[in-house]
Amino acid sequence: MPSQPTLTGDATDPTGTTGGTSGPRGLSARDRDRPARGPVRPGTLVKIALMAVVNALGVFGVLAAWREGHMGILASMVALVVVADWVYFSKRTLPLKYILPGLAFLLVYQVYVVGYTGWVAFTNYGDGHNSTKEQAVEALLLQNERRVEGSPTYPLTVVDRGGALGFAIVEDGEAMVGTADDPLSEVPDATVDDDRVTEVPGATVLSRQDILRRQSEVTSLRVPVSDDPNDGWVRTQDARTGFLATPTLQWDPEADTMTDVTTGTVYEATSDGSFRSDDGQRLNVGWRVMVGLDNFRTAFGDERYAQPFVKILVWTFAFAILSVVSTFLLGLFLAITFNDTRVRGRKIYRTLLIFPYAIPGFLAALLWSGMLNRSYGFINQVLLGGAAVPWLTDPWLAKLSVLGVNLWLGFPYMFLICTGALQSLPGDVLEAAKVDGASAWRTWRSVTLPLLLVATSPLLISSFAFNFNNFTLIYMLTGGGPRFADASVPLGHTDILISMVYSVSGLDGTAAKNYGLASALSIVIFLIVATISAITFKRTKQFEEIS
Amino acid sequence: MRRGIPAAAVTLGLALALTACGANSDDTSGDASSAPASGGSEDSLVVWVDETRQAAVEVAAQAFEDENDVDVELVLKNFEDIRTDFLAQVPTGEGPDITVGAHDWLGELTSNGVVAPIELGDKTEDFIDVAVEAFTQDGQVYGLPYAIENVALIRNTALAAEAPATWDQAVAAGQAAGTQYQVLIQTTPEGDPYTYYPLQTSFGAEVFAQNQDGSYTSDLTMGGAPGQAFATWLQAQGASGVLSTDVTYDIAVEAFKNGEAPFIIGGPWMVDQFEALELSIDPVPSAGGQPALPFVGVQGFYVSAQSDNALLANDFLVNYIATDEAQLALYEAGNRPPALASAAEEASSDPITAGFLAVGEESLPMPSIPEMGSVWAFWGVTEANIISGAAEPVAAWDKMIADIQGAIGS
Repeated sequence: MPSQPTLTGDATDPTGTTGGTSGPRGLSARDRDRPARGPVRPGTLVKIALMAVVNALGVFGVLAAWREGHMGILASMVALVVVADWVYFSKRTLPLKYILPGLAFLLVYQVYVVGYTGWVAFTNYGDGHNSTKEQAVEALLLQNERRVEGSPTYPLTVVDRGGALGFAIVEDGEAMVGTADDPLSEVPDATVDDDRVTEVPGATVLSRQDILRRQSEVTSLRVPVSDDPNDGWVRTQDARTGFLATPTLQWDPEADTMTDVTTGTVYEATSDGSFRSDDGQRLNVGWRVMVGLDNFRTAFGDERYAQPFVKILVWTFAFAILSVVSTFLLGLFLAITFNDTRVRGRKIYRTLLIFPYAIPGFLAALLWSGMLNRSYGFINQVLLGGAAVPWLTDPWLAKLSVLGVNLWLGFPYMFLICTGALQSLPGDVLEAAKVDGASAWRTWRSVTLPLLLVATSPLLISSFAFNFNNFTLIYMLTGGGPRFADASVPLGHTDILISMVYSVSGLDGTAAKNYGLASALSIVIFLIVATISAITFKRTKQFEEIS
Repeated sequence: MRRGIPAAAVTLGLALALTACGANSDDTSGDASSAPASGGSEDSLVVWVDETRQAAVEVAAQAFEDENDVDVELVLKNFEDIRTDFLAQVPTGEGPDITVGAHDWLGELTSNGVVAPIELGDKTEDFIDVAVEAFTQDGQVYGLPYAIENVALIRNTALAAEAPATWDQAVAAGQAAGTQYQVLIQTTPEGDPYTYYPLQTSFGAEVFAQNQDGSYTSDLTMGGAPGQAFATWLQAQGASGVLSTDVTYDIAVEAFKNGEAPFIIGGPWMVDQFEALELSIDPVPSAGGQPALPFVGVQGFYVSAQSDNALLANDFLVNYIATDEAQLALYEAGNRPPALASAAEEASSDPITAGFLAVGEESLPMPSIPEMGSVWAFWGVTEANIISGAAEPVAAWDKMIADIQGAIGS
């Protein structure tokens, strides 16, 4: 299972750094005990060198953030570097010396990510609202500038007339020169060579290098053809040829409106991040704005999803719970079997059993989806002698297949943790049970199992949380299918909540992408999983006290 | 002492993570494409390419570098990642100046304002019509096309001597050949409406209505009598065993390669695997009486709306990629017929390319409007359910139309 390694990681080593700090712990304790006197010890020099590297990296990060204009990142980089220096150079911050690395990782990889998701949930980030308002305006103007139909292309030269950039074009053999403020006019004494202006009196012709240096000026330059703005202007995209273009949209920053000059329709900027006309027409490019709770309202307001949602919620719980129970029971059974000293070749069996665990989960899911194919799959063809069992296309069989494949993927993990827990059971308790004359079953039920559950229940809870969001398996094995025949949305019998979110928010390409909605739904799922985990953890604590 | 190590690791991790967050991406392109945005090297043109196009674009880039004394930096990306990364990175200023892409991304790219129009000028006429049409939206051209691709009927000439004109003739020829399959067409339990589209159009059930300039509106036109007729036909073919949802791409290609069918409906991407066979490329036989026209996909290059090097980018595309050499190099690399008419003509000396091109030139581009996503979501599964007999054809087709309309409207 792909993420069960992380589960183990989560359980034993939440920040991934405890291993790294355990070494320094011994060293620093010794350091502290030693009186600080005499010449500088080599260790201090190493420390200074390493902190110098840390600071250099920090400064690099700050500069990078500055260059990209990310002030939030800049501020947090500065804060982290300052804190790191203070912690590692002060004598009074011993505990922090161990906690800081983990804390920093927690901030970056957990708090920031969760916070960002939370923020996106309240915006309309998605297709059509991808960026800032400035960029939306820019894109609209860019998209709505039309080449005048049937107009010719002109050989074009870029000139500099008294500091102002201008274009020199050749029309009907005549040289015309103009700048942004000065419409095109004939310049009879300009030199035209090979249908291209090469020299203009009173202006310098820019070389290719000069043009490239000023290329954004050149591409944004519009030279009107006459005093009447409706006649259009000459522009260029490659500084070699020019063409006549007219804008169809006009942007009025004061009034915050876009006007379609061909129809006269006025589009006003709205609070939901787009330009809208009085009759409800919208321009296609919008921008990102905060929309408050709209995403949550959309998530639960669409009637088409009401019925499938209930089915999917039930199946998600069934899938997560059954997956944990089935993998745990099988893993436990095998662990007990191979824990018995009478079994020969236990090591070989144990190694073999861990194999499914070593295969990447998404690969295994793909493999299984091939093996379960109705007509060509290994299971039907070889094991069942050519039967056409619809493993992945019948609603109930597909659910069974998903659970079966998850059992195959998940039991080695449970087998591992159960083996570990069994081997660490206190021998004296078992001995005492034996002396008291308890039967093997009674010993198992009253002594072994409770002790085992105390050790493994946190892992069972995290396994539940993982399976609740086991997107990879569903996506790779069935893709959520078979589809609900009676629903009007592209969801199916094996879809779980997280794969439903993927579809509802259009991330699978079946609708316009809506990251805001996806984030909002993710938060809802997070709340469900967090609540269940919290309750179960509380229960486990009581359990612990009893035992 | 060693206590510095975790701290260094943290800061390194932080620096990397934060810069990655800033770039809104997590791949190698972050560093490469930040160069122009940083203002350090104004003259460097950043182009996103995928593996198959890399070598071909490199040739054109070399010529451009030599003549203009600028750097062209090719950033290698997975083709599947380009669309999302381009959408995410252009607004942050981290995106490339140019990216390779498919024409059906256009609707999404324009509604997010990340692509700039390209003025092809007089060069428009040098391209095959359908290629420019595919990159046109609302009268503006947004991409420089370089290749077109479409499905056609691939025929194993050893098993069928003549091209069938109708579907029934094809099936009859298949039965006469005595092979396991008559006409191979990839289906899968999820359906494959792209490959099935020519059969659908032969019933007159085009997916969306078109404006006069060839661009698509969001009026769904595949419902009604023509669509129902197609659905009924699908069911009949499924019942008689000619069509089956068990046939996947791999199974279809393998069977055709082994001579188990005289015909397969497929594209130029398959041809490499049929090297041992004598092939002929023919139009897809009509099942419903009207011409069977497949979707045409066009590949090309887009210019970023936030490019600081718009001038260089346009110059590079219009004057260095829209050339016979570049287009033929791209053709050699990817096997898809070139979009530039003169290059296409040269490539047509290969009869297989000529065959695909002849079909493609007659056909219509795949819609690039955003509504198309909602169509895909229901289309394939419905077709597959009708073929497998799980659904009643007319009712299922009508429900599909209603569901798509619901999804588009929402």
